[in-house]
Amino acid sequence: MRYLPLNDTDRQDMLARVGVDHIDDLFADIPEKARLKDLLDLPRRASEMQVERQLSAMAAKNTPAGSVPFFVGAGAYKHHVPATVDHLIQRSEFLTSYTPYQPEITQGTLQYLFEFQTQVARLTAMDVANASMYDGSTGTGEAVLMAHRITKRNKAVLSGGLHPQYREVVEGLSAMAGDKVVSLPADPSGTEDILSQIDDETSCVVVQCPSFYGQLIDLKPIAEKAHQHKALLIAVFTEVVSLGLIEPPGTQGADIVVGEGQSIGNGLNFGGPYVGLFATRQKYVRQMPGRLCGETVDAEGKRGFVLTLSTREQHIRRDKATSNICTNSGLCCLAFTVHMSLLGEKGLTKLARINHGNAVKLKRALAGVPGVEVLNTAYFNEFTVKLPKPAAAVVEALAAQNILAGVPVSRLEPGKPELKNLLVVASTEVNTDEDRAALADGLKAVLT
Amino acid sequence: MSMNTQGRPTSAGDTGESFRPKTFTGNRALDMEEPLIFEFGRLDNMGVDLDEPDTFESELGGHERTAEIGLPGLAEPEAMRHFVRLSRNNYAIDSGLYPLGSCTMKHNPRLNEKMARLPGFGDIHPLQPVSTVPGALELIDELAHWLMVTTGTSAVAMSPKAGAHGELCGMMAIKAAHTAAGRSPEIVLVPESAHGTNPATAALLGYKVVAIDAKDDGTVDLAALTATIAQHEGNIAGIMLTNPNTCGLFERDIMEIADLIHAAGGFFYCDGANFNAIVGKARPGDLGVDAMHINLHKTFSTPHGGGGPGSGPVVLSDRLAPFAPLPFIRKTEDGLELVETDAATKDGEQPFGRMTAFHGQMGMYVRALAYMQSHGSDGLRQASEDAVLNANYVRVGLQDLMTLPFGENPCMHEVLFDDSFLKDTGVTTLDFAKAMIDEGYHPMTMYFPLVVHGAMLIEPTESESRASLDLFIATMRDLVMSATRGETQRFSGAPYLAPRRRLDETTAARKPVLKWSEPEPAEVTPQVAAE
Repeated sequence: MRYLPLNDTDRQDMLARVGVDHIDDLFADIPEKARLKDLLDLPRRASEMQVERQLSAMAAKNTPAGSVPFFVGAGAYKHHVPATVDHLIQRSEFLTSYTPYQPEITQGTLQYLFEFQTQVARLTAMDVANASMYDGSTGTGEAVLMAHRITKRNKAVLSGGLHPQYREVVEGLSAMAGDKVVSLPADPSGTEDILSQIDDETSCVVVQCPSFYGQLIDLKPIAEKAHQHKALLIAVFTEVVSLGLIEPPGTQGADIVVGEGQSIGNGLNFGGPYVGLFATRQKYVRQMPGRLCGETVDAEGKRGFVLTLSTREQHIRRDKATSNICTNSGLCCLAFTVHMSLLGEKGLTKLARINHGNAVKLKRALAGVPGVEVLNTAYFNEFTVKLPKPAAAVVEALAAQNILAGVPVSRLEPGKPELKNLLVVASTEVNTDEDRAALADGLKAVLT
Repeated sequence: MSMNTQGRPTSAGDTGESFRPKTFTGNRALDMEEPLIFEFGRLDNMGVDLDEPDTFESELGGHERTAEIGLPGLAEPEAMRHFVRLSRNNYAIDSGLYPLGSCTMKHNPRLNEKMARLPGFGDIHPLQPVSTVPGALELIDELAHWLMVTTGTSAVAMSPKAGAHGELCGMMAIKAAHTAAGRSPEIVLVPESAHGTNPATAALLGYKVVAIDAKDDGTVDLAALTATIAQHEGNIAGIMLTNPNTCGLFERDIMEIADLIHAAGGFFYCDGANFNAIVGKARPGDLGVDAMHINLHKTFSTPHGGGGPGSGPVVLSDRLAPFAPLPFIRKTEDGLELVETDAATKDGEQPFGRMTAFHGQMGMYVRALAYMQSHGSDGLRQASEDAVLNANYVRVGLQDLMTLPFGENPCMHEVLFDDSFLKDTGVTTLDFAKAMIDEGYHPMTMYFPLVVHGAMLIEPTESESRASLDLFIATMRDLVMSATRGETQRFSGAPYLAPRRRLDETTAARKPVLKWSEPEPAEVTPQVAAE
């Protein structure tokens, strides 16, 4: 087997050295009746070429985003990732290293985590960011638990503009932990009255901007009302590129900011691995979940970095930990940091302008299709349209013509007649004028 | 004929062997100091060519950002050099033996990376029409099949994003099963030797954690377990047990433990962190396990990536299968169906909720399946056997000099030493580990499990050759003898030769600096020293 350096001679010699006759003597503690006598009922070993053949055949059955006019967003976005990013994250020293528990020989990982934390804190305009969460949705769940620890209350109010699957993650976790959740009805155009839901029992309000439906939301009045009741505002975003153009949640009064960072540096990957961004105020840092990297000096006074504040974490605190999380999304952070370093302030701003510009063009193209109504007044690179027919069928019809039109809301929110005709469409820098024309024409054809 | 026609000296020469110049840059040849991007990048620099949009009309509705963000940019060659230099300060499995017990640092085949980057896997969106991703469902279903066959179970929740997330998923399924049966037991049993994630997970779900004792041989004390269960009769939700356990030992009484827990109305959660020791040798389902997460990044070699991303699918027994979270794939006569919402469930499917948006760590699924297919049934068994053989080879190579807390018995895939052999040497477990760094090794896991004083947990994995193990054993023996001889300097200040000496973690935690800030302008008035 090509991955195993021992050969049979080695094995015989080593067994003799260990003092047993047969390898099974080393497995003698396994109860006799549970010991496998035969090989597992699976195929035998396969060469590199065979595996490549088998998996390529599966991959070939899928339609890659890059091969068609592509407008699917709703929490994950198709962006162009520079070739440098993928090269760097495949460096052996990054790819095959472990959690930097031995800082003297993992300064590479630690320094990029420190750079990542600084980038995220600046993007969100918050005091501190951690070294990432699994993704935006699990980060949102953790943010709600954190708010409960800080406020010593247990009721979360979720905006109807929150990604439905993020909402389900929070609801599931809360139900299991015995906490309360008030989820507002779907809010495609950003007109819900969330302020009246905030009271003295509220621990936190969770608001997504741009919302799941693409609407930009003014967070300031929500933060103000929350703070009047000593509750926290958790601001969520799924499209980090938006922060290149819109006011960051930190300056609008958010107490915890959670976002999905996939758009920068990371591919679509059918939903994972992604990278959750998580930032908060300095005063709450010791209630934060996840890993933190901090600056220090070594015995010779040279600057270095270490994992820090680990007394919050499970390996020290066990059942008193702030979270059960034991890992972050290291390599995805690296991809984020490399891509963000290549963009810088100027590049991110430009990228955001291109995205918004493309969305504006798409909106105009779609608004020209008879029967199509755009529901959003202010948006970044994504918005929701109301079709004269159920959106799911329209999306299927367009997919048959190799146009991937967007996400029918009914896929995530089934059984709600008022949402049945809604379609969430996104346009990033990858879309061309031809792509937009193909979608508008296709839509016209399907709707008439 | 010599090519050296210009009189260039070709011998090493007498350079004064103990002289180490203090360099202007602080660099030491290939060992380079590298500033933070915030210290040399510029706000108007960039390494990506983007055109201004031909027209730009804002429909942001007054939500425009007005302040600067403060993100420096780098041109492509600057970025390349920055991150390549950083990478060189990292130890990695590709560069050396990485014997971190419980973490399973084995070889990461590059075929797996290549497969995960096929556009048909890497460039598909989680919410594009299901009709355009049949191969993705097929891949997930195929990996699920391999995991179920390997573990002897009939269901698997694929979506958890890491081991601890898998634990949470498994325990949520257990809680859901109790609730569905109209029960609400409050106690989860966890041995002291468990990973910290186990009690943290149980506590997160509101369970009370009760410790169970170990015997002198490092395995669960059946008599004590029986007594603890009796003491909390009717109130036991389950047990969380790692097997092979964190002492590197197989729990010999595991089937009795499972029977006891089941008889008490509880479920058996197995922490699968060490499953790599027994793949192809025994199946957790046959041992009475109800739920077990599989760290794809350990057992099936998806890269650790400096601390993630991981992936932690959870295999489930028949009794827990109905409660598996959304999303899942249903096999029908017409093919595979993706079930993403409660509305799409059928009788007998009672998902407890959702662990994460989308479908889990697809990129890791592809890598794990490539690894499993490459090994096949024969290779997977061989890998476990080699891992266990390598650990025992290290054990017998060191047991006369280092101390085994539970006697000179065979171990599984990792061998646990305690620090009694360092008694009276003035060298601590930490010092010893740091001296390994100077020898070019990543230290083993230290001070874990907590049940052993000054624990050193060594897991060589199946990826090491015999020659590699021989050199490791010889090095460790040299270090032990050096410590015994009283050569404390080699240890107390170690590492001496790494990119950094020991780092001050106390100050880092006391006054946390968690991001870069512009340096304060120089003080005008002289400062009085604080101490």
